[in-house]
Amino acid sequence: MEQPNLNYINELSGDNLDFKNKIIGILKKELPDEIAVYSQEYINANYLLTAQSVHKLKHKISILGLEKSYYIAEEYENNLKNNSTNLNADFENILKCMQDFVSHL
Amino acid sequence: MNCIIIDDEEMARAIIAQFITNYSDINIANQFSNALQAIKYLNQNDVDLIFLDIHMPDFTGFDFIQTIKNPPKIILVTSDKNFAIEAFEYECIVDYLVKPITEDRFQKAIQKANAYQFNSSSLEKAVVAEDNVKEFYVNIDRRLIKIEMASVNIVEAKGDYIHIKTEGKNYIVHSTLKKIEDKLPKDLFLKVHRSFIINTKKIIDIEDNSVLIAKDVIPVSRANRPELMKRLNLL
Repeated sequence: MEQPNLNYINELSGDNLDFKNKIIGILKKELPDEIAVYSQEYINANYLLTAQSVHKLKHKISILGLEKSYYIAEEYENNLKNNSTNLNADFENILKCMQDFVSHL
Repeated sequence: MNCIIIDDEEMARAIIAQFITNYSDINIANQFSNALQAIKYLNQNDVDLIFLDIHMPDFTGFDFIQTIKNPPKIILVTSDKNFAIEAFEYECIVDYLVKPITEDRFQKAIQKANAYQFNSSSLEKAVVAEDNVKEFYVNIDRRLIKIEMASVNIVEAKGDYIHIKTEGKNYIVHSTLKKIEDKLPKDLFLKVHRSFIINTKKIIDIEDNSVLIAKDVIPVSRANRPELMKRLNLL
């Protein structure tokens, strides 16, 4: 499975360690919040709101360099808009992978 | 240039703010996590530029644009490529950035924003032709097609559509002559008739009430003829 990386954040930060730490701090705070919102919307079976949560998570997916996962998320978002949960397992694997990565930063 | 950032994601706001630190002429007046707070702010404060997310809870970026009076220049920032076409419907939108934003792409957006100037009395927009704005995009069959401005010979209004004739190709686009007139550089293009805009550099010859461009004879209205004659380098 594709693994997250900090390439984008490193490129963005350059030598600015304060900024890098700030971004990582935001990532550590926002990612669990966004995942929690996503999970709740999914449990509620409100798939339109779930799709919005997936949409929001796509930015974090791309920031962590998960290019293939981004497309899975995009397709999953579209499925949810059409009231289908197809790709749910794949998407939740991506979330788990990101959470593991971010928790070790 | 005073700007505000509107995005419900703190990460996105932080990244944009970081890019802006490279521009000494841009000041971040405020940042908002939702559009409603920003509307309240704009009721009491003027800004020159807004970085605006489309997908926000309760109130989308497009809702926001439709709500505010005389919107300033707006750079849309979104994870969704699919709204580019809708974005082109709003004249205040100067660019469309897809997350994650790169430094090069951000720089280009700022250049585009700088290329726009507002008429202070009416806030109507006029595009200043700068070296960095050499093309525009048209929406044809859900594809955005780039057209080099200098390659355009004429634009003709045809009902709800415009017919753009370039050196190599012709395009039928659902738009108005007014919209494209605002996009084209004023020093190169001139509206010579209520249905025609011409590239004055492409004129082959002029008769009393018409000009020849490529193989097209374009009518020139009496009212527009003096301006056309002014543009010519007459012996």
